[in-house]
Amino acid sequence: MSPVSTAAAPQAHVTRIQRVAATRGAEAWLVEENTVPVVAVEVAFRGGSAQDPAELPGVVGLMAALLDEGAGDLRAETFQETLEEKAIELSFSSNRDAVTASLRTLPENLDEAFGLLALALSRPRFDEDAVERMRRQLAAQLRRDALDPEDLAGRTFFAEAFPGHPYGRPPRGTVESLAAISREDLFGAHRRLFTRDNIVIGAVGAISPERLSGLLDRLLADLPETASLVPVPTVAPSAIGRTEIVTLDVPQTSIVFGRAGPLRTDDDFIPAYVANHILGGGSFSSRLFTEVREKRGLAYSVYSYLSPYDHSGLILGGVATRNDRAGQSIDLIRAEILRMATEGPTPKELDGARKYLIGSYALRFDTSTKIANQLVHLQLDDLGIDYVARRNGLVAAVTEDDVRAAARKLFGAGELLVVAVGQPVGLPGARVRPAPGSAESHAPAVETARG
Amino acid sequence: MAAATPAGSPAGLKPLSPADAARGAGPDVASFTLANGLQVVVIPDRRAPVVTHMIWYKVGSADEARGVSGIAHFLEHLMFKGTEKHPAGEFSHVVAELGGQENAFTSYDYTSYFQRVAREHLKTVMAFEADRMTGLQLTDEVVNPERDVILEERRSRVDGDPGSQLGEAVAAALFVNHPYGTPIIGWEHEIEKLDRHDAIAFYERFYTPNNAILVVAGDVDAEEVRALAEETYGKVERRVDPGPRARPREPEPRAARRVSLADPRVTQPSLQRNYLAPSYETATGDEAYALDLLSQIMGGGQTSRIYRALVVEKGVAANAGAWYYGDALDDGRMVIYAIPRAGAALADLEAAIDEEIARIATEGPTTAELERAKTRLIADTIYAQDSQATLARIYGASLATGGTIEEVQAWPARIRAVTAEAVRDVARAVLDPRRSVTGELLSAPAPERLAAE
Repeated sequence: MSPVSTAAAPQAHVTRIQRVAATRGAEAWLVEENTVPVVAVEVAFRGGSAQDPAELPGVVGLMAALLDEGAGDLRAETFQETLEEKAIELSFSSNRDAVTASLRTLPENLDEAFGLLALALSRPRFDEDAVERMRRQLAAQLRRDALDPEDLAGRTFFAEAFPGHPYGRPPRGTVESLAAISREDLFGAHRRLFTRDNIVIGAVGAISPERLSGLLDRLLADLPETASLVPVPTVAPSAIGRTEIVTLDVPQTSIVFGRAGPLRTDDDFIPAYVANHILGGGSFSSRLFTEVREKRGLAYSVYSYLSPYDHSGLILGGVATRNDRAGQSIDLIRAEILRMATEGPTPKELDGARKYLIGSYALRFDTSTKIANQLVHLQLDDLGIDYVARRNGLVAAVTEDDVRAAARKLFGAGELLVVAVGQPVGLPGARVRPAPGSAESHAPAVETARG
Repeated sequence: MAAATPAGSPAGLKPLSPADAARGAGPDVASFTLANGLQVVVIPDRRAPVVTHMIWYKVGSADEARGVSGIAHFLEHLMFKGTEKHPAGEFSHVVAELGGQENAFTSYDYTSYFQRVAREHLKTVMAFEADRMTGLQLTDEVVNPERDVILEERRSRVDGDPGSQLGEAVAAALFVNHPYGTPIIGWEHEIEKLDRHDAIAFYERFYTPNNAILVVAGDVDAEEVRALAEETYGKVERRVDPGPRARPREPEPRAARRVSLADPRVTQPSLQRNYLAPSYETATGDEAYALDLLSQIMGGGQTSRIYRALVVEKGVAANAGAWYYGDALDDGRMVIYAIPRAGAALADLEAAIDEEIARIATEGPTTAELERAKTRLIADTIYAQDSQATLARIYGASLATGGTIEEVQAWPARIRAVTAEAVRDVARAVLDPRRSVTGELLSAPAPERLAAE
């Protein structure tokens, strides 16, 4: 059970991360691996939905959804058929901080695959009919999720934590804002983000550096040089200490809770990561899992995680529990957070956490797609090409004092922003409101907040 | 322990069905059987020094007796509660300290437990897994809170989601006599009554090496795994012969059925048409292969017929597609679904779907369509080789539902050989209204407002 042997695991890949320069300035990180006849590429542009105009949330998301809906001379149907004929997988997604393209192809179709990717990145068409179609599709998803308890809790949390800040706006927009987005808005967002100085590239699989270099030149040829991103202020989440109830007629309460956490580049990120792992991280032995689920059967899922956005750090968590046990569950969670803040981890817990985090790191590198994703995130987070080699050493070096200090800072006096969706009992002092747009919002709010 | 219920995916979406998505080919797969009847499958993947270790029991929710629905899944949770040798939590604790990941899932036809660890820890997890194959010990102290956990799991998956509730009703209507009509997680009122005696009885009947398949994928070879398996699982005695997996069969369906759920929490209506369809196990000839191609041609993505007709040309739907669930021991299903655009009536979507069904059943697919679908499905088998965890699931799920390693490996060739006529014929045979259940998810005014009217 010594971490030493497993610590070496991801390094098999690390030693093989190469920088591949393109003639036009940008570069890609490559892991060449010829065992399996597959190439996976991930491309990201900095600036996601946080770049949406304040009055028009959802522009970047709709733009990303349209990139494989016609480009260059190919209208949507032809573009999609060409992908299918060669079994090339190409998809786009966006989050608050970036837009990402994910490409997977068989090596014999590399030219065609990079050709289609280049078209999609440089010359999207945003045809009227395609825009209409994707607008409807995204609006249908928004309507579907409107009263989904977990989704509603998450949306409410961000609106409360980031009022007036881009992170407080809905990344996918609203049914109304989607309807108001024009083709010009889409071209505008595309022009501002999709540039050579704003691109990050990771490639993995059966492809040599020379070959990749040539393909990159083509990929970048038609991209403009310079991005124009709107500056996003770095802020701490607000409303910490408040409890918000959104009433919905369901037997279970879905709770999202959180407070400020470290940014990815903060010095104490790793100790804070370890502290969170012990509190509510991803194994079956976290304190929250043990207290809330294992001992008392209060919930099926209970967890916490660090969520370092580019412009705000958060620690977030969630639990879903029967309405009449909501108060008991959140009280237990608060108690565990306070205990971690004041006492820190036990030596045994710290030892276990270090071993888990070191040993499981290799599992992030076991498919081409996962490696490509890691390569892109290392670059987006500015962690350096040697980070994979250094990372387990950083975890191994974390001392009990480091974690104690990080936990004290991370959890402070334990104040949380809590958003509970359902008919929760036992949340004193909460603000109560009906779910937006639900049938219930026509009825008077129900007072459920009884201590 | 985060018990996924893949085949019962309550949202009514495509169930996780790796063997559908990507059978096939790839590495030199080895297989052998231990003296106690445990089948072992080894899938080498030397790229990273990690292994995926999975044990598959050939028992799922469809093997439950009537009235104790949910016991297969409940037992899956309870398998983490300790044995005579290792108290509750020790296995999970050790896996975590090894830097491993673990979980388990229950389906209609199988229950599987897995760990992903660095290669040098394979023996440790094999020893623990072999120990809990027959050594489970349960007390009310651990069983009772876990029943509450499962009730919360059901609340999360079903009670908060009207779409899941409709999905349960559709399955119950589609499978008139077969247990696939009962949700994997179980009905709430029956879960509430499950206890440790039910769990142990189920365990003793089905958990035995001769009813299991061990799949190890990763940085290992067959001889290494054989030696480790002999040392660990090889010591477990077979304790029962579970007998043939004979479930009540479906009668020949004769009536189109409709199921409708209206709820104030439905903010986006939807339509789904389900057809009782042969599975890879029950099909004759190349029917199941043709069904995989049919579902790809009808509803696999944006170039598919259903998407083009409903979303692009008629513009009545915001999204639409189809899927086939064929990795089942008994008859499975094919499903066509559509989400209306704002203001469109479900009846218009349904009419458009019926038009497309009539067309493919008369004309069959075009050569280009069939080629594209074949290319897509066969490429998936190559992409699957990029993930040892995916390969392990493909082989495990196939073998646990009556398939063989040879069938998995021959899948691309069998797909390649399917003709346009075969696709047309299977569309005619399966997409027959008498075999169907149509499910409608509708919004409804809030009860308070109804009362006021």
